[in-house]
Amino acid sequence: MRRAFIISIPYLWLVALFLIPFAIVFKLSLSDPAVAIPPYVPTLDLSTGWTGFKDFLSQLDMENFIWLTEDNLYWKAYLSSVKIAFFSTVFTLLIGFPIAYGMAQAPKEWQATLMMLIILPFWTSFLIRVYAWMGILSNEGFLNQFLLWTGFISEPLQIINTNIAVYIGIVYTYLPFMVLPIYATLEKLDPSYLEAAEDLGCSRTSAFWSVTAPLSKPGVIAGCFLVFIPVVGEFVIPSLLGGSRTLMIGKVLWDEFFSNRDWPVASAVAVILLLILVIPIILFQKQQERAQEAES
Amino acid sequence: MSTDPFRPWEDPQATPLIRFENVTKRFGAFVAVDNLSLDIYEKEFFALLGASGCGKTTLMRMLAGFEKPTEGRITLNGVDIAPIPVNKRDINMMFQSYALFPHLTVADNIAFGLKRSDMPKAEIAGRVDEMLNLVQLSQFAKRKPHQISGGQRQRVALARSLARNPKVLLLDEPLAALDKKLRQETQFELMDIQGKLGTTFMIVTHDQEEAMTVASRVAVMNAGVIKQIATPDAIYERPNSAYVADFIGEVNLIDGKVTSGTEKSCKIIWQGGTITAQPRAKLAKGTEVRYAIRPEKVVISASKPEATNAIKGKVLDIAYLGNISTYHVETDSGQIIKAQLTNVRRLSQRSFAWEDPVWLSWTETAGIVLTE
Ligand SMILES: Nc1ncnc2c1ncn2[C@@H]1O[C@H](COP(=O)(O)OP(=O)(O)OP(=O)(O)O)[C@@H](O)[C@H]1O
Ligand SMILES: [Mg+2]
Repeated sequence: MRRAFIISIPYLWLVALFLIPFAIVFKLSLSDPAVAIPPYVPTLDLSTGWTGFKDFLSQLDMENFIWLTEDNLYWKAYLSSVKIAFFSTVFTLLIGFPIAYGMAQAPKEWQATLMMLIILPFWTSFLIRVYAWMGILSNEGFLNQFLLWTGFISEPLQIINTNIAVYIGIVYTYLPFMVLPIYATLEKLDPSYLEAAEDLGCSRTSAFWSVTAPLSKPGVIAGCFLVFIPVVGEFVIPSLLGGSRTLMIGKVLWDEFFSNRDWPVASAVAVILLLILVIPIILFQKQQERAQEAES
Repeated sequence: MSTDPFRPWEDPQATPLIRFENVTKRFGAFVAVDNLSLDIYEKEFFALLGASGCGKTTLMRMLAGFEKPTEGRITLNGVDIAPIPVNKRDINMMFQSYALFPHLTVADNIAFGLKRSDMPKAEIAGRVDEMLNLVQLSQFAKRKPHQISGGQRQRVALARSLARNPKVLLLDEPLAALDKKLRQETQFELMDIQGKLGTTFMIVTHDQEEAMTVASRVAVMNAGVIKQIATPDAIYERPNSAYVADFIGEVNLIDGKVTSGTEKSCKIIWQGGTITAQPRAKLAKGTEVRYAIRPEKVVISASKPEATNAIKGKVLDIAYLGNISTYHVETDSGQIIKAQLTNVRRLSQRSFAWEDPVWLSWTETAGIVLTE
C-alpha cells in the first residue's frame, strides 16, 4: 500500500505535467481556428451532456496535419532544424570534449573551480547572454571592430542574422550540457587503465584512442542527446541571432502561435516535433539504461 | 637437488639484468623508497615482501616507468632506463588493481598488448587461446571483465601481462584473490613458465609461503629500505635482524645480554635464565642481543629433558591449526614462549592440556643471536 503510494507520486507528476498538457495540445491540433477567445473551436461544454460531447468529437479532424504536408515550409523547417541541431551537436562535441578532458586532467584541487567556471554563465539570464552575442556579432559589434582594427578585414563581416551566428549562439549556450557529462565519465576513469595501455605498448595517443575514447562514450552520448534534443526545438537563438533565411521549427511554431494566432496549426507542429524527438529520446534512455547496467 | 644450483648472485662475474643504484623516491616530503640498491639477475624469480605501504609497488612502478626515481638510477642490461618511455620498455606489469579494460572482452584484453607488438596478426588468436588455456578461462573468452569473478579477473590480468612474453614481468600481488588450491597451481604454472621462457620475474606478495615456494631470492622491505635479501631458506633460517625474523614466519624473540662467549658459542642471560647459543661472530661481553628461536624448533616435554637449553613453564593456551598445534607456554619468570608440535595423534589424545606444567628445550644450534 505504502509502496504503491510512493510509486504513484512520480506517475501522478508525469500525468499532471506531461500527459494532460500533451492531451490538451493534441486536442488543439485537431481543432479549427476561430476568431474567438480562446481562438479555436470546438470547446468542450459539459452542460449539454452526452450529445454535446458527441457533437464535440465530430468537430475534431486531421485537417491541420494534412495542411502541414501541403505547405513545404513545414517539412523544410523540420529538416533544417534537425540539420542545425546535428551540426551544432558535432561542433559542441568538438569543443566540449577537449574542455572536459582538460578539466579531468587538471590537478584535483582545481577541478571544483573549473566546474564552477563552466556553470557560471547559467547564473545570468539566458536572454541577456544571447543579447550580448548580438552586441558582439553585429556589424558594428566588438568582433567586427576588432577585426577592422587589426586590419584583417576592410569591411565589417555579416555574421549576425546568418546561420553562423545561430551556430555560435547554440554552441555557446549548450556547451555546459556537453562538457558536464563527458567530464563526469572522464573524471571517474581509473588512471591505471592508461598506465596498463602504455605498459602493453601504446603510445600516449594510441592509449587515448583505444582506452579513453571508448570509455568516455557514455558521457559523449549523453552530452550529444542533451544538446541535440533541445536544439531541434530551439526558438530564441534563431529568432535573435538568425536571419530571415534561418529556418527552424521553433520559430515557425512561435509565428503560428503569436503572429498568426493559429493555435491549432501551431499545436499540430508541436505534436509532430514531439514525434520526431521521441525516437532520439527513447534511444537516449536505452543508452542510459545500458550505461547503468555496465556500471553495476 | 640440482648439481649446478642457480645462484648468479654469488658469482662475481655475473652481471645483473636489473640494477637499482641508490634509488630514492619521494612523494613531497614523504620518502617512499630510501636510497635503495638492488641487483636482480636474469631468470631470477625475485620476491618482495614487506608490510603494507613499505614501498613495494613504488619500486615496481619505477621499474615499469610510471614513476621517475627522485635520485639514483635504474639500469636494464647495463643501460639507464630513465629516458625509455613505458611502452618501449621490455617490461610488463600485472597491476595490483588488475586494470582490465572494462570495454573489452577477456580475449580482447589479452590480445591488447599483442596487437601492439610485432607479432603477425595471424598468430594473435592462437596466442590468446594459449594464454586462456594457461589460466583456465577458455570458456570466459567472450565475457566482459564485470561479468567474471574477482579471482577470474586476476587470472585475466596475469594472462594479459604474460601474453607479450616480456623480458621482465612485474607481478604486484598476482595471486592474492585466488583460493589456496588455484593459487598453488598458478604458482607452479608461474615457475613452469619461468623455466620455459626464462622470463625474469619480480613478484610482490603478502604470502610468505608463496614467496618461499616460488622465489629464487626474497627481499624483505621495511619503510622504503631493504632489510635483507637472501634465498628463501637463508632468510628463514638466518635472518639478519629481529624485523626480518619476526616478519617471516613465527618466532620467539628473547631479549638478553651476552655474559661470556667465544666465536663458536656464547651464553646469554635473560629474565628466564641462561641460553647457550652459537653466534655468527664473537660477541663482546655485555652486548645487548635478541635471541630468535622458531616455535617448531622448541621441544615440549613433560619431564626435564637432557638438552643444552631447557626451561620450565606451564601451558597457557593451545592454538589448534589442524596439522600442527601451537602451545603458548608461560615460563616461571612470566615470559610467553611458543612451541609448535605436529599433531600426530587425534585432538582428544594429545599429551598436554591447559595449565599442565611442561619443559621447553632446544639445542644450541636451533636459535640465532641477533644484534639489530
Ligand atoms: N602518488 C603518491 N603520492 C603520495 N604518496 C604515495 C604515492 N604513491 C604511494 N605513496 C606512498 O608511498 C608509500 C609506499 O606505497 P606503495 O604503494 O609502494 O606501498 P606497498 O608496499 O605497495 O603497499 P601495499 O602492500 O599496501 O600495496 C605509501 O606510504 C604510500 O602512501
Ligand atoms: Mg602495493
